[in-house]
Amino acid sequence: MIPELGQFALIVALLLALVQAALPLVGAWRNDAALMATARPAALAQFGFVLVAFVCLAVSFMTHDFSVLNVARNSYTRLPDIYRFTATWGSHEGSLLLWVLMLTFWGAAVAVFSRRLPDAMAARVIGVLGLISIGFLAFTLTTSNPFERQLPAAAEGNDMNPLLQDWGMIIHPPMLYMGYVGFAVAFAFAIAALLSGRLDAAWARWSRPWTLAAWTFLTLGIVLGSWWAYRELGWGGWWFWDPTENASFMPWLAGTALIHSLAATEKRGAFKAWTVLLALTTFSLSLLGTFLVRSGVLSSVHAFATDPARGAFILGFLVVVVGGSLALYAWRAPRIIAGGGYGGFSRESLLLANNVLLIAALGAVLLGTLYPLVVDALGLGKLSVGPPYFNAVFVPLIAPALFLMGLGPLARWKNGRAADVAARLKWPFAVSLAAGFALAFALGEFKPWAALGFFLALWIAYTVGLAFRDRLRGGGAMPRAFWGMQLAHFGMAVGVAGIAVVAAYSSERDVRMAPGGSAELAGYTFVFRGVEPREGPNFHAMRGIVEVGRDGARVATLHPEKRIYTASGMAMTEASVHPNLFRDVYVALGEPLDDRGAWSVRLFHKPFINWLWLGALLMAAGGLLAATDRRYRLGRAASRAAAKLATQGA
Amino acid sequence: MQARHRKLALIAFAVVAVGIAATLVLNAFRSNLVFFFTPTQVAAGEAPTARTFRIGGLVEAGSVKRQADGLTATFVVTDTARSIPVTYTGILPDLFKEGKGVVAEGRLGEDGRFTATQVLAKHDENYMPPEAADALAQAQKAQSTVAE
Repeated sequence: MIPELGQFALIVALLLALVQAALPLVGAWRNDAALMATARPAALAQFGFVLVAFVCLAVSFMTHDFSVLNVARNSYTRLPDIYRFTATWGSHEGSLLLWVLMLTFWGAAVAVFSRRLPDAMAARVIGVLGLISIGFLAFTLTTSNPFERQLPAAAEGNDMNPLLQDWGMIIHPPMLYMGYVGFAVAFAFAIAALLSGRLDAAWARWSRPWTLAAWTFLTLGIVLGSWWAYRELGWGGWWFWDPTENASFMPWLAGTALIHSLAATEKRGAFKAWTVLLALTTFSLSLLGTFLVRSGVLSSVHAFATDPARGAFILGFLVVVVGGSLALYAWRAPRIIAGGGYGGFSRESLLLANNVLLIAALGAVLLGTLYPLVVDALGLGKLSVGPPYFNAVFVPLIAPALFLMGLGPLARWKNGRAADVAARLKWPFAVSLAAGFALAFALGEFKPWAALGFFLALWIAYTVGLAFRDRLRGGGAMPRAFWGMQLAHFGMAVGVAGIAVVAAYSSERDVRMAPGGSAELAGYTFVFRGVEPREGPNFHAMRGIVEVGRDGARVATLHPEKRIYTASGMAMTEASVHPNLFRDVYVALGEPLDDRGAWSVRLFHKPFINWLWLGALLMAAGGLLAATDRRYRLGRAASRAAAKLATQGA
Repeated sequence: MQARHRKLALIAFAVVAVGIAATLVLNAFRSNLVFFFTPTQVAAGEAPTARTFRIGGLVEAGSVKRQADGLTATFVVTDTARSIPVTYTGILPDLFKEGKGVVAEGRLGEDGRFTATQVLAKHDENYMPPEAADALAQAQKAQSTVAE
């Protein structure tokens, strides 16, 4: 009964999406207030029904309803409660439902927080979100029904993929989707601007908080995915340039360019057409990511099942959205009047340069990600593009962008002069360069890439400090947007420093360890005390005991595990990590080597790895601060006050 | 005049940036493409000896052996038609098993032995890496053609 209720709710949601797409858009076109007024209730109701469907699926998972195919395939009676709940989005069908839930959530949020938008603008934005919703609800219902029944019901479930039984995976998908789908709002604003021809500073101001919020979520989602891979895959890597990772990284690069370009559009009316194009691109890349991950063209943990109908549907949808929005852009963009002019070394020029670099880096990642797929699709053979390609291309393109991060915020809008900036920043530049190289020398072996990383991190941090000093001296206000930007930039500095150290100075060893045996790595001593059996709720494990010491003092006892999950028979390595601010010591079990209890063991020393996560969290915190700046809310309060006055007057 | 200069400077900047990006990309691309060969292709001498490539197929049953150091493993990758002996030093992935699909990346030695730097067997017990599945399918096709 409950699964049917869920499916029924989804069908109602699809009908509401049709209403939400059709009536407000027609209303805005004909300037019909009654039709436009349907937008908000439709968006709210649609969110309500999708939420009902989602809850129904969660209930089916929690109550072990193995007559639902999806539940039988992805759950298990002995699966712990928390994973039973997260298994709701642990499958292809469930994760699509989560996608739709997030999309309708954003739609409802726009409906609630758009009171100060002109009616026609709000109606168009909500209408476009409705159109996207139609596509994804139809996709879910026709190709990936999460509520499909099987008769007779299975006696026992197949269990959730053990790799996903980790708490990083509990929050990674919702965050990532909030980000992916959040860019749908920026996209809807761009389409609404093209339809109405209204593209001014006010438009940019409306669009900015939504874009920043989406960017914040996407940042969190990506870093959680990376953190999960680092701990759960047992290989100590945090970024593999795997196509599924690139799928989420490409919208992030475009989204980063977009939030910067939006700033210039709002403040100076510059780059209007470019900003709109970026908004279209960012969401298109989110859809491309969804296609890559959901269609099964990539083999990865995300490709639950391959079904050609699914790939064809998303590809078709992608073509319609990208093609349609670009056609609209080509038709309407020439009407957008260019904004104010700006000089050679103004903040606008620097933002533009940053955008060019980000987009070039994006292009390089896109090429490396899609090329093997295209070659395979054309039947020209199978090949892969390895991480060396991405590193070789990405680092030289992104390093200048990081350098510009120091210049941009200190340059003036409109008519900055290179000579002023150079005079001001020659010492910070020299100091961070010298300190960067000194640090790289001090850390033992000199590595040029590490020196570059340190220099850039110090340079960004130094210029953030200068920006604060300027504000304090000028007695200027420090709104949240300012704090947000500086915090995000500082977070980038922290992250870059982390990446530089971890990439250059990590060490690892695969060793054979007999009980009582020891090994050395990076000044740490690892003593293996053997393994003991342990019973988990849905797995058997061999639990290793590894004592870690340094200079004769005990540091920690680590317990890496090798698990066999009962339902699937799948083996899993559960690494054990001892973290602190300056390094992780990380141990993973390989396999038993003989009858006397010897195992192969992998040891890692990862200096500064936690700076990476910390940096990303600071960036996300910055994004959140900027998104909640008073400036974006003031208009609402002002319009409310105006409305109040009007009613009082009446 | 000023505006025109600025525009020209911007265009020049964009062209230079795109040019540099394209050069970087193409250089890196050429040297980092990793091609895939089936055991049959390797046996026929189609695979390069000078660069890294990938092979895929099934791990032949009974072929996995450990060397005395405990960390070096040898096994045979087969597409059911031809087989290639492989050596790998390090910890094999969780899902590496005899009779299951595997993809290995590395170099081919003079003696016809493949020395792997990376062994991929991932994500799901019943999941066959597409490269491995492809190798099996090709071998099967070739055999059925011979049979006819």
